[in-house]
Amino acid sequence: MSSVVDADTPAAVRRRHPLLRALLADPITAFALLLVLGFLVTAALAPWVAPYSPTRIDVLNKLQPPSAAHWFGTDHLGRDMLSRVIFGARTALMIAIVSVALAGLAGLFLGLIAGYGPRWLDGILVLCFDSLNSLPMIMFALAIITVLGAGTGTLILVIAATSFPSYARLIRAQTLALKNSDYILAERLLDAGPLRIILVHLLPNVVGPLIILLSMDIPVVIMVEAGLSFLGLGVRPPTPSWGSILYDGYTSIRSAPYMVIFGGLPLMLATLGFTFLGEGLRDYLDPRLRGGRPA
Amino acid sequence: MLTYALKRIGLGLLILVFVMVVMYVAVFLVPGDPASVALGPRATPALKQMLTERMGLDEPVWWQIIQFFRNALTGNLGYDVWSNRPVSTLVMEALPNTLALGVSALTAALLIGVPLGCLSVVRRGTLADAVIGVLSVAFIAVPSFVVAIYSLLVFAVILRWLPAIGAGEAGDLSSQIRALVLPAFAIALGWIGYIARMVRASMMEVMGEPHIRTARSFGLPEWKIVSKYALRIAIIPTISLVAVGLGSILSSAVFVEAVFARPGIGKLVTDAVNTRNYPVVMGTVLIMTAIYVSITIAADLLIARLDPRVRDVFRG
Repeated sequence: MSSVVDADTPAAVRRRHPLLRALLADPITAFALLLVLGFLVTAALAPWVAPYSPTRIDVLNKLQPPSAAHWFGTDHLGRDMLSRVIFGARTALMIAIVSVALAGLAGLFLGLIAGYGPRWLDGILVLCFDSLNSLPMIMFALAIITVLGAGTGTLILVIAATSFPSYARLIRAQTLALKNSDYILAERLLDAGPLRIILVHLLPNVVGPLIILLSMDIPVVIMVEAGLSFLGLGVRPPTPSWGSILYDGYTSIRSAPYMVIFGGLPLMLATLGFTFLGEGLRDYLDPRLRGGRPA
Repeated sequence: MLTYALKRIGLGLLILVFVMVVMYVAVFLVPGDPASVALGPRATPALKQMLTERMGLDEPVWWQIIQFFRNALTGNLGYDVWSNRPVSTLVMEALPNTLALGVSALTAALLIGVPLGCLSVVRRGTLADAVIGVLSVAFIAVPSFVVAIYSLLVFAVILRWLPAIGAGEAGDLSSQIRALVLPAFAIALGWIGYIARMVRASMMEVMGEPHIRTARSFGLPEWKIVSKYALRIAIIPTISLVAVGLGSILSSAVFVEAVFARPGIGKLVTDAVNTRNYPVVMGTVLIMTAIYVSITIAADLLIARLDPRVRDVFRG
């Protein structure tokens, strides 16, 4: 039974996880993976990892520079900066993952309909995707926020609404390419319904590139969330967000410069980590997708 | 070509109408009237009534939309709810600051990004190439407003080399340029990375072409081949991309303008969103979307002119 013996050797582990091996082979991607895992774990375990409550006000100890009791110092209300940064990770990742997942689902659904449905519907949907896609994203976001009011829900809605069209376009293009392939034709000859064809045959084949695109958009969403929260148009206080932490630091940049330093670092590390991990994922899964535009 | 141009322009106009309709319908659908939200809980009914009328919110939605476009065509974008100044004046005051920021950031990014991309190609496969590659991605990844805050901290607060806020004294060019350096740097950084990457990628494709092989067989030095023969072709996609980039920079300048309290479009619209100043938000969004859409169309037409493959796709 050589396979049983084989199962425990590193070679077999590597053979079973070619993706992980490819990611770890490049030192920068490996570091990025480590960063992302670190942020995910920190965000998940925030209440247990953070030394204080992120919203506990302690005015007597306000604007304290970093010390043994407060590693990142305290802000203008005496709240522990480290705890706020840790809970900020939770806010950032929650919003990024939820909004990207929502946008991905919407894009998947509408893209499949546009690609597989009747021509007239395709025309209308593509027009909608193109209109939404050619909007200046931030301006449109600000317009929606004016109407709906700032808050986590609005933020998720805005990000999902502005990012799903590019996913839908991708899925539509993939579906159109697959629609007339031999195996789909064969399936249709065997009298398979459109639902079966879409769910069983198209879906698994179009999801791969979508996941790459989604993972590459996560850092952009993290940035947008922080940016809008910095402007006071994102997450509502007192919920800690890296953007609002940066804003608090910005207002006391002369008296307490450590606040912007510690507020900006996790944001930078998170966007760097997710970006390099996304690059690594794409290079491994689909090198043709190179490109993209900075936000 | 003409059909294609007309199609693109038609789509552009449709987009503008679409945005404004979405905004008006959204205002209409949201529970609670905007006037009382803007005025706060202690507003008197008379005051509310006045504000509602001033924002034109007492009319039916479809009529508001028609009115808006009818006025916009004559250059009237409505009035600031609080100061009663015309929105078009506010936008025209702010726009030059934002345009100066966007154009100087892109120029700087081109001046640094293109040589970096070329260097990457000349030294391809070496450590320099790898370092430029990693740096480019890092520059793209770091949020511009974090760069803005950090550079503000270092160069304005600690070193005091450059002003921290504002757009400089009116009429004093040197103070205006000094006020432009840090915000432009914050925006340019990401684009340096992006342009370097783009130049490298498109030049790598060109390097395989016969005319480059010929140049090489004549014994020309590599840097001369790259700068004189390869760049000329490889720069085309980059230029069209930069044109599109200007549009997106104008709207992402929102964050950087907030950091440096620069009185541009971004600051105008952020303040208006915070005070729920609907006419200002609507007018600014319309103008910025129009600028963005027209730059995108211009860039697309430029690509279509340079690259017949694109043109043929849209023919018909």
